[in-house]
Amino acid sequence: MTDTLHTPNNDAPTTYVPPGDRPEGHEFWERSPYDAADYGPVSDFATDFDHGSAAYNAKAPEVWKELRESGCPVAHSERYGGMWVPLTHDTVHDVAYDTENFTSRAVVVSTTRPGDLALPAPIGGAPPITSDPPFHNVARRILLPPFAPKQIEPWEDEIRALCHKLLDEMGEIVPGETVIDAAVQYAQNIPVNVIGRMLGFPAEDEDLFREFVHTTLERINDEPEARAAAFERLDNYILGQVQDHIDNPRDDLTGYLLEVEIEGNKLAPEHVSGSILLLLVAGIDTTWSAIGSAIWHLAQHPDDRQRLADDPEVMTFALEEFLRAYAPVTMARMVAKDVDFHGCPMKQDDWVLLPFPAANRDPHMFEDPDTFIIDREQNRHSAFGLGIHRCLGSNLARLELKVAIEEFVARFPHFELAGDVRWSVGQVRGPRVMPIRILETA
Amino acid sequence: MTHCSKKFPAALFIGSEGLYSPRMRVHLDAEKCQGHNRCYALAPEIFDVDDYGQAVLLIEDDVPSDLEDKARLAASNCPEYAITITD
Repeated sequence: MTDTLHTPNNDAPTTYVPPGDRPEGHEFWERSPYDAADYGPVSDFATDFDHGSAAYNAKAPEVWKELRESGCPVAHSERYGGMWVPLTHDTVHDVAYDTENFTSRAVVVSTTRPGDLALPAPIGGAPPITSDPPFHNVARRILLPPFAPKQIEPWEDEIRALCHKLLDEMGEIVPGETVIDAAVQYAQNIPVNVIGRMLGFPAEDEDLFREFVHTTLERINDEPEARAAAFERLDNYILGQVQDHIDNPRDDLTGYLLEVEIEGNKLAPEHVSGSILLLLVAGIDTTWSAIGSAIWHLAQHPDDRQRLADDPEVMTFALEEFLRAYAPVTMARMVAKDVDFHGCPMKQDDWVLLPFPAANRDPHMFEDPDTFIIDREQNRHSAFGLGIHRCLGSNLARLELKVAIEEFVARFPHFELAGDVRWSVGQVRGPRVMPIRILETA
Repeated sequence: MTHCSKKFPAALFIGSEGLYSPRMRVHLDAEKCQGHNRCYALAPEIFDVDDYGQAVLLIEDDVPSDLEDKARLAASNCPEYAITITD
């Protein structure tokens, strides 16, 4: 494999400076010129967009629709130090494909962003998601093989067994009475278990993984100091696991990252830990959200539950329609240099949100986009992104989503919402608390 | 294109090797493919994937008529527009 890799661009070396060795006045993370306390509730999403407002994810599809219909293809906000939000398929596509004007060095829009001592592009803090070309391709080709379809397919039986176990653990179900939390008791446990096993991390640390995901992706309005402390805790955990793999070598993804070579050289330590950071954080609440949203939809659409039961073959199309209509992931970029983008005067270091879920509901791209059509045949959705950063874990995510839905509806043919749903905060959209009343058991 | 071959008798088309009826061909732009694997899922008879999850076209010649619908389905679901069809 290594002979097909390109050499990293040696003209732009990346130097990792450990926290203790960083000179005064230079920061690994710098604060966005932003204080969450200065801003109240969002008054107008066109000019004051905030994906970190508690109300956003519950009503996001309505927000996108209203903005598009009011003739706003790109929203703006002063929050987070300046942020743009393309809302049509075309504008999202154009940012995703433009790696000259938009850099991936930071992909979570928050109160903090990479400072002048942060790992700069091309590597970035979590390669390859935070890498730009040409290094991006090197880092990506290392991780593509373990996540290729034929490597992922053999996980199906284990994922199915895990779903059975979670359903069994719900205990005695009295149809019409028992209320379960499908987000907490089911969806959130599936991807965390699988990625933990792939990385070779202790199963008892699953709560910790969820905490890491929560602090990095949901607590985006925390003070920079609090965010830095959370990242340090996560880094230290990963370094501990890497050391354990060095001391006790084993055949898992962490072991693979420690052994794989680029043209005869092992990966730099920060590359190993950065890629683990990516796999751990990106592989958990994303799929958890997709599973939760699918169950949320099915709880309200008995006709779709019935169709899945009567016509299992429809899953091929249903799976992609769940991904289109309830795409969980909004990515982000930073503006690399001043650019006029579709008439918007974007300035270097402005944030750009990349809401693929909004692109998936653009009426110019999809007929009747706000309707879930279980057998939609033409579906060029971008739930896994567009261009060179297509989600590395898409084959695993798709398999987990498919199996999780199949097993849930096989066990519980009919169910309904039984109370208020609490949605996530931030760039990953999905139910975090979702009471479901079971109406029928198999 | 199927509606062409229905519209005109096959014998109207005379190629270098004699009479033929025009058939569908699939083209895959490997530069555009980002490994979404939609084509492999929808039409595994026509597309495989390599060790990196990138699409590989299995049928470079005319697509058998019973696979034409699957080829169209794969083309119309590629998020990167990497698949085109000529009839």
